[in-house]
Amino acid sequence: MIEKPRIKLPKETKRAEIFQIKTLVSHPMENGLRRDKDGAMIPRKIINSFTCEFNGRPVFSCDLDTAVAANPYLEFAARIEQSGTFRFTWRDDDGSTITADETVTVVP
Amino acid sequence: MKRNIALWRRSNAGARASGTANPTTRREVLASSFMIATIALVGQRSALADLPAATAEVEKFSMGRKAVPGRITIGLPEIAENGNSVPLAVVVDSPMTPEDHVTEVLLIADRNPRPVIATFRFTPMMGRAQASTRIRLAATQNVIVLANTSVGGLLIGQRPVKVTIGGCGG
Repeated sequence: MIEKPRIKLPKETKRAEIFQIKTLVSHPMENGLRRDKDGAMIPRKIINSFTCEFNGRPVFSCDLDTAVAANPYLEFAARIEQSGTFRFTWRDDDGSTITADETVTVVP
Repeated sequence: MKRNIALWRRSNAGARASGTANPTTRREVLASSFMIATIALVGQRSALADLPAATAEVEKFSMGRKAVPGRITIGLPEIAENGNSVPLAVVVDSPMTPEDHVTEVLLIADRNPRPVIATFRFTPMMGRAQASTRIRLAATQNVIVLANTSVGGLLIGQRPVKVTIGGCGG
């Protein structure tokens, strides 16, 4: 299960000024190489995709493989010209997704 | 041996202060032994040629183009004490305009069981071609970053990282 998305970004920004967006989500990112206490292989189950859009337009996205550490942390730069909403989506191998929205206001 | 342990302890000063360093002396001794062994091996292991999986991924992304170095900066610790979570930052020197920007960025760990770590997709809305994450590294190796640009260019950067305790599970 993907849980507890945490997103850090400024509530306000100047027009076209670059800022950082930091995201963190809880997920074990099982890489399929670990064994449980009985010696059986724990199957792979990871978040394989992350997307960030602003007012419906793609900003940053990524495909993740098994070498991304548990509780995936993703940080990236962003720059906007007008106020709006960032939408963040994480997708698990099993097809389930979790989405979070954050609004940012452009101030003069 | 003593000097290497002292160096290793000093490099962990921050972790010790914050209480996140490994507290057991026996483990420290074992870890510093790994460090000595891996430093000795790094010199012999520099060629990508004997790493077919990583080579295949580089060739697939390159599509016959020559990769240009010098515009990718990779932030990675010199020594990763915990291979389960190693911070990785990538910055590409690019104007990030609609006419000229970085598009895909491929992250490779050349000695991991699966060499591709992730593929980032950048857009001009980032303003700067910069992203960070945390990765798992199974052993001492190179992290290789390849980037496509919207004008058809291929950029490359590479950085070695020593891993004291490997993190891929199993």
